[in-house]
Amino acid sequence: MSEAMIITSPTTGDDWELVIGLEVHAELATVTKMFSGAPNVFGGEPNTNIDPVTLGLPGSLPVVNGRAVELGIRVGLALNCTVARSTFARKNYFYPDMPKDYQISQFDEPLNIDGFLELPDGQRAGIERAHLEEDTGKSTHQGGDGRIHGAASSLVDYNRAGVPLIEIVGRPDLTSPEQARAYVSELRSILVAIGASDGKMEEGSMRVDANVSVRPVGDPELGTRCEVKNVNSLRSLVRAIEYEARRQVDVIEAGERVHQETRHWDEEHGRTRAGRSKEGAEDYRYFLEPDLVVLDPSAEWIESIRAAMPVLPAERRARLAAAAGVTSAQVALHVERDLDGLALAAIEAGADPGRALNHIEHNLAVDGAGDLDVAHFTALVQLELDGSITPTQAKQVLAEMVEGGAHPEVIAKAHGFEAMSTADLESIVDGVIAASPAEWDDFVNGDDKTRGKLTGFFVGRVMKSSQGKADGKAVTALLNQRRAGV
Amino acid sequence: MSGSDGSGSASLAAAPPMGTAATIAAGVRSGELSARVVIDAHLAAIEAREPHVHAFNLVLADEARTAADEIDRRVAAGDDPGPLAGVPVALKDNLCTRGIATTCSSRILDGWQPPYDATVVQQLAAAGAVAVGKTNLDEFAMGSSTENSAFGPTRNPHDPSRVPGGSSGGSAAAVAAGFTPIALGSDTGGSIRQPAALCGVVGLKPTYGLVSRYGLIAFASSLDQIGPFATTVADAALLLDAIAGHDPMDSTSIPGPVPSYSTTLDRGVAGLRIGLITQLMGEGIAADVAARVRQAAEALEAAGATVGEATIPAIEYGLSAYYLIAPAEASSNLARYDGVRYGLRVDAPTTAEMMTATRTAGFGAEVKRRIMLGTYALSAGYYDAYYGKALKVRTLIIRDFAAAYEQFDLLLSPTSPTTAFRFGDKTADPLSMYLNDVCTIPTNLSGDAAISVPFGTGDDAMPIGVQVLAPALGEVPMLRAASVLEAAAPTPGIAVLGEVVR
Amino acid sequence: MSERITRDDVAHVAFLAKLAVTDAELDEYTSQLAAVLDHAADVESLDVADVAPTAHPFPLSNVLRPDVLGATLDRAEVLGQAPSVEDGRFRVPAILGEEP
Repeated sequence: MSEAMIITSPTTGDDWELVIGLEVHAELATVTKMFSGAPNVFGGEPNTNIDPVTLGLPGSLPVVNGRAVELGIRVGLALNCTVARSTFARKNYFYPDMPKDYQISQFDEPLNIDGFLELPDGQRAGIERAHLEEDTGKSTHQGGDGRIHGAASSLVDYNRAGVPLIEIVGRPDLTSPEQARAYVSELRSILVAIGASDGKMEEGSMRVDANVSVRPVGDPELGTRCEVKNVNSLRSLVRAIEYEARRQVDVIEAGERVHQETRHWDEEHGRTRAGRSKEGAEDYRYFLEPDLVVLDPSAEWIESIRAAMPVLPAERRARLAAAAGVTSAQVALHVERDLDGLALAAIEAGADPGRALNHIEHNLAVDGAGDLDVAHFTALVQLELDGSITPTQAKQVLAEMVEGGAHPEVIAKAHGFEAMSTADLESIVDGVIAASPAEWDDFVNGDDKTRGKLTGFFVGRVMKSSQGKADGKAVTALLNQRRAGV
Repeated sequence: MSGSDGSGSASLAAAPPMGTAATIAAGVRSGELSARVVIDAHLAAIEAREPHVHAFNLVLADEARTAADEIDRRVAAGDDPGPLAGVPVALKDNLCTRGIATTCSSRILDGWQPPYDATVVQQLAAAGAVAVGKTNLDEFAMGSSTENSAFGPTRNPHDPSRVPGGSSGGSAAAVAAGFTPIALGSDTGGSIRQPAALCGVVGLKPTYGLVSRYGLIAFASSLDQIGPFATTVADAALLLDAIAGHDPMDSTSIPGPVPSYSTTLDRGVAGLRIGLITQLMGEGIAADVAARVRQAAEALEAAGATVGEATIPAIEYGLSAYYLIAPAEASSNLARYDGVRYGLRVDAPTTAEMMTATRTAGFGAEVKRRIMLGTYALSAGYYDAYYGKALKVRTLIIRDFAAAYEQFDLLLSPTSPTTAFRFGDKTADPLSMYLNDVCTIPTNLSGDAAISVPFGTGDDAMPIGVQVLAPALGEVPMLRAASVLEAAAPTPGIAVLGEVVR
Repeated sequence: MSERITRDDVAHVAFLAKLAVTDAELDEYTSQLAAVLDHAADVESLDVADVAPTAHPFPLSNVLRPDVLGATLDRAEVLGQAPSVEDGRFRVPAILGEEP
């Protein structure tokens, strides 16, 4: 289980804990936009993926994209939410990248409510809601240093305006930056697995805002939170949360109050900065969108979506863990790499679970590993298990199997890989010992450090002599036997 | 007919030069009538009288002639251009017409050319109609007199010293002045029916969702509807046929097929139960108007209907609910006019300042008033007391209408509390202007259908309109009742220089 | 002048709606808006606690469109109507403040 982060103040020695809730916006993988038939594509010449609705031209009207709703429901089901009767609302504010100067979103009655996300380590993080809305256009700033402050003018591109978004609001259940990272990573895996989004933080198709607050350990009251934006990678997320938490502790301990505000992560300088103050808090004047009607998915529709859902990462972990006799957390990596299918099949074909999982974890982080023939993989694991080839040899054979697809026995034979007989090994080891009497003397009589170094020396010589066929572990065992006078 | 009070303001009212839309279409389709000849005649009428009426923001003389020539070519080639073949039509200037200026009579959209056509505009073209111009309106459809237009008011053709009503004053005047036999307007709180009554023409607000709003520049989304103006009920029905029906581009568009409105008009009202709305026949309604409505009730009885008293108690709160709901939606719908993408821009060093300067310069006083009122009604702390409550009042109005429609098939009331007033009479006090809509607003709130039929004149010899109301999708019986009233009207049709023309 | 809406209220909503008003206009608008709200006060006295709000006159639901490409606009036609254009984009003056 991942642990909560505790910040111990260097000045007072008091312990503080973090409370983190994440808001994730993901672009849905539809062909067209949320409320019109304009194309939903990344990139492209500015202002080419537009129609009257995208630009909010006078007289234009929104019509809901049924596929976006279907994907929205999939997300809700994958996050164990209740899919509800929902309505659309207008969020009113002026900003040049918003063509209507209001955003159509969901407010009082969102599509999905009250779910949870199961993290790889088994912990659950609450999901408050996941609702549909439209994306805004993008502005680039000219003059100054290219950032918004100090720019003389801005250029607006509406290609992205109207792209369907799902906003997933997590409850403040997370307690450490690493846990937040695991949450985002798992959420991304889910979104990709169900085909809802491609979840690329670097491309902006998945955006994460972190709500962070601190409180003395054990205090049930929540502290004032700040929203941290402009986090563009998992690494930044971890850094930003930790920075912000420490900043808040410093503020409180200096006798001041944390202001509830939006802060921006500055990756270059490794700190959060307060957003430029707006004159007065925003009043969005939410009201029901009069151009759209109620969304009330039937139980049949929801069930058909549920029935067609692919297997989710949590279930895949559980399956492989059960088959291999280990915990879900121990197979998280295998599922993440999409190699659990291979592992499961190999284990079911009789391969030793430990070795199979080990190979996948350490030796198969390459392209094409997923295409590996199950029978061949199983055979390889068996060869290693019965000692026909050494672990080192197995790694090499595996690499060639991925590349060429041949049977491991064929490859091993081509290389002349066979485990050595004990007698052959002993004679090579004895030969190497005899050839280096001074080193052998140091090995026998020297301290642990010397012995460690010389083990490497002797193993190296043996490997050379045996053209790599010796098993390193067996060599080391033999050296120690000889030293003990056996 | 000369000026109502002997002031000498000569009437500019006239019948359209070539009769009704039905007559024209039949003639053009059969090849007997040239669409070009039709258009030229109407353009001549416009040329003669439009400078005194100012019904139009833009006259499309060249485009209309070209379109008419094309109709004639098609007919000659054996094509049928459609049920409105060659019929000149005027379009309210809040309907998007591709490549043609669409201003909403506002400085903020002065010169803007939409890159797309409204659905109704496409439908009219498909039916063979020929657009001859964009008509004047109260800015962004907010008003009851067309005095709020940024380009000057339209004059009531019956008496140019008086208003034509609003907000679709230009479309009503275009028909009353004989510039076109039919026109399209929009109705949010009475903006088709009230000017129709004041100008002595037929004006119809369809059931909400019957006609597509795609391409209608929005004022209040849950109240706006596009509808026909005409000199006859039959022409209004013909125009409604062309524009009614489901549109996938409008989420609030009623699904399913629609009946034909123009083929069952003559079936009369025998056996129909008609309720005269008590709340709209009392204080606040001019005596001469009320008298005409009673006369209309008698005419319906004579035609075989039974007339009783209907009560819609919640109507009393209709005006208040409307003047919270409509501005609230409008304040949001008009946010997009910010100088960024189209229309007026007043430059400034920052975007926020540019937006403010643009909107301040671009919007007139009434539009600003309603935006502020609407913003207030939606703002934090006031939502429940104002907007939220108004939505509940709406429910009460719908319930009361539903109860009335259990007793009656149709309802009857005045359209406007008075005949056309003079310019400047009500501009000092916005509230006095809002009171013009008391008879029409309730049907916008309920979403039901209603029609204003000319029925005689008032003490000042100005036209009076009588309103027939129907439950949602009740246009067919409503039009039948309207036909009966039209036939029985004391001053049938439009009078021209003493001659009576139907 | 009524207490129903104050000069400060009007100044605030004008700001929210991006409308600049002069002092004289502020006075005028305040009294006009107050009069309208006074008239609407009759609504306040109604007991509508048990009444559900109606946002739409017609109770439609589940109006959805298929995820199929529709017609797009010609960029030149659109940008030709724009007040200021650069590099195929809409040009605006300096934007202060981040997106809410």
